[in-house]
Amino acid sequence: MARDPTVCVIGEDVGHYGGSYKVTKGLAEKFGDLRVLDTPICENSFTGMGIGAAMTGLRTVVEGMNMGFLLLAYNQISNNAGMLHYTSGGQFKIPIVIRGPGGVGKQLGAEHSQRLESYFQSVPGLQMVACSTPYNAKGLMKAAIRSDNPVILYEHVLLYNLKERIPDEEYVLCLEEAELVRPGKDVTILTYSRMRHFVLQAAKTLVERGYDPEIIDIRSLKPFDLFTIGNSIKKTHKVLIVEECMRTGGIGASLRAAIVDNFWDFLDGRPECLSSQDVPTPYAATLEDATVVQPAQIVVKVEQMCQGLV
Amino acid sequence: MAASSLASRAVASLSPSISTGASRDDAGSSSVVGFHKRSSAFTGRRVRISSGHGSSAAHGRRSCVVAATAAPVKESPPKIADIELVTREEGLELYEDMILGRCFEDMCAQMYYRSKMFGFVHLYNGQEAVSTGFVKALKKDDYICSTYRDHVHALSKGVPARQVMSELFGKATGCCRGQGGSMHMFSKEHRLLGGFAFIGEGIPVATGAAFNTKYSREVLKDLSVDAVTLAFFGDGTCNNGQFFECLNMAALWKLPIVYVVENNLWAIGMDHFRATSVPEIWKKGEAFGMPGVHVDGMDVLKVREVAKEAIARARRGDGPTLVECETYRYRGHSLADPDELRKPEQKNKYAVRDPIAAFKKYLLENGLASEADLKAIEKKIDEIVEDAVEFADASPLPPRSQLLENVFADPRGFGIGPDGKYRCEDPAFTAGTAEV
Repeated sequence: MARDPTVCVIGEDVGHYGGSYKVTKGLAEKFGDLRVLDTPICENSFTGMGIGAAMTGLRTVVEGMNMGFLLLAYNQISNNAGMLHYTSGGQFKIPIVIRGPGGVGKQLGAEHSQRLESYFQSVPGLQMVACSTPYNAKGLMKAAIRSDNPVILYEHVLLYNLKERIPDEEYVLCLEEAELVRPGKDVTILTYSRMRHFVLQAAKTLVERGYDPEIIDIRSLKPFDLFTIGNSIKKTHKVLIVEECMRTGGIGASLRAAIVDNFWDFLDGRPECLSSQDVPTPYAATLEDATVVQPAQIVVKVEQMCQGLV
Repeated sequence: MAASSLASRAVASLSPSISTGASRDDAGSSSVVGFHKRSSAFTGRRVRISSGHGSSAAHGRRSCVVAATAAPVKESPPKIADIELVTREEGLELYEDMILGRCFEDMCAQMYYRSKMFGFVHLYNGQEAVSTGFVKALKKDDYICSTYRDHVHALSKGVPARQVMSELFGKATGCCRGQGGSMHMFSKEHRLLGGFAFIGEGIPVATGAAFNTKYSREVLKDLSVDAVTLAFFGDGTCNNGQFFECLNMAALWKLPIVYVVENNLWAIGMDHFRATSVPEIWKKGEAFGMPGVHVDGMDVLKVREVAKEAIARARRGDGPTLVECETYRYRGHSLADPDELRKPEQKNKYAVRDPIAAFKKYLLENGLASEADLKAIEKKIDEIVEDAVEFADASPLPPRSQLLENVFADPRGFGIGPDGKYRCEDPAFTAGTAEV
């Protein structure tokens, strides 16, 4: 925002309140109420307004207070953010970033626990990235803002408290690249967002037991970085996807298909996938825990794969 | 003034039809504070409009709109209200634009039935006064945003007939390279922001363009930016959430926008009165703190008067206006609509109010043009439209290689392939021959 005066933020409580998860804290004081615009509660319309502003020259960052609320903005995200550059024959670009917290939290209830990446992934014309650490959150945010494409940036409700040393100097990450988190040779584990941390937790146990997993945070949910993913599969011949989307129609489903299409010859067995249950996330803690993948399940699955039991 | 006298002035009619042109006695004398000070172009009663928050200090209250008409519909053609005469030059420009709209749409119907254009095509016949009246009051830098009934808005804004016709024929020379079609007319050069298939979805986009003007002036400190945005949409849209949500935001932030309702009384087969609890759409402006104005949308000069005021209001920073244009479409909702529900009596009522016939009469009666002048214009337009068809016919269809070109502004969005190169660098990919 300091670098480019056309960058502005639009969303509920982004200004005076500093954002529901304090992502925009202090920005309204610094840049003013028009650049950090507190909107009334009308997601479809203010997202559309952000699109119209982007079409005519601004670089808008629209926040969904919770990504789930953007279901109300599906009309604008699909028809206008995704498609308008195409239907206008390339005349208008929509350099918009749509971002916000999503995923399964701590007993937030079904509607506040959704995985919108699953629903939006089919919309043509959109790019989607998921951040998982302070380092990649900053780098991906900058890249998304500077991109001329409409980018959806998925943050996670439970990751805002992470702390990490990050460089003082400016850095911008590549929107289309995956991140090699841990090199290894036994199995390729593809993951993103909060599940990265569960995978790392499981990896501690796996390493103690003598396994050597290669862990890749795919970061780019659409498009997939087939180079990084492919190179890993060519090395390990086994792939496990660990995601928070539901079994049906999630990022994992698409990624499995892409792996089968592109790397069939390099696989020793089918691409495995651990996903959330096809269930509205329950409120009760025990049920909620059972809805999402847990580190213990990741350990079991990797062991089975490495022992040729699946 | 107390609220009660406001109520007594506001005669809101619940009857289905709203008046025709004002008689010479009625119009002319009203003073309209905060909106314009000379004779009102509005039909019927005296009208007071204040701009809401800012400039109603003179009246000591924050009131909004009252535009009221209650006269019954007359069968005879309307008399054009006592507005200042247009100049000959302006008159001919308006006439030519309306003729272009009518002639173009008639040609579309022919071309559709000859299988030159396909899909859903929604024609504008009968509504020309709204497009001409509003769009010709704009500056080149102003924006407009339309719906699926967008051909004539595009033409009025200056998109060449050739480009619109080519787009309709699905040719590569269309304004959107053949990728949009009838319902998605766009022009960056002429500031046409679409062309939308879902009703209501263009209104936020228009609101965003208006927000950009405010942002440019107040954040970027560029006072040379004073673009006003017009959002066109229909009566059916006024029951949609995006309509209300945007009226709220535009009034809240005083955005330089005019919301133009083309109330042609029908949303496909849904009669406005069967769909709408309070059918007077202009009244809904007041609920959001903006003037709501009703105008006879079959009368290009009345529309133009209202348009000029609303656009000026927006441009000087006083905020949005809601304008309800009472109009009618002479054809069905689309070329696929059998149009069985509208009764002949209603159609005839509006047929005699043809905006082009009325304006022609006005020009002739006031000595602004001769029959020969108007015939010359009609001939010129015929030639333009014929030329557009010939051009579109002769234009090439888009090649297969065009398929993926405009999916992304930055084609790196297609991602990195297994070989480590960006997909967009692979000619086989962009030609649509590689495995995607």
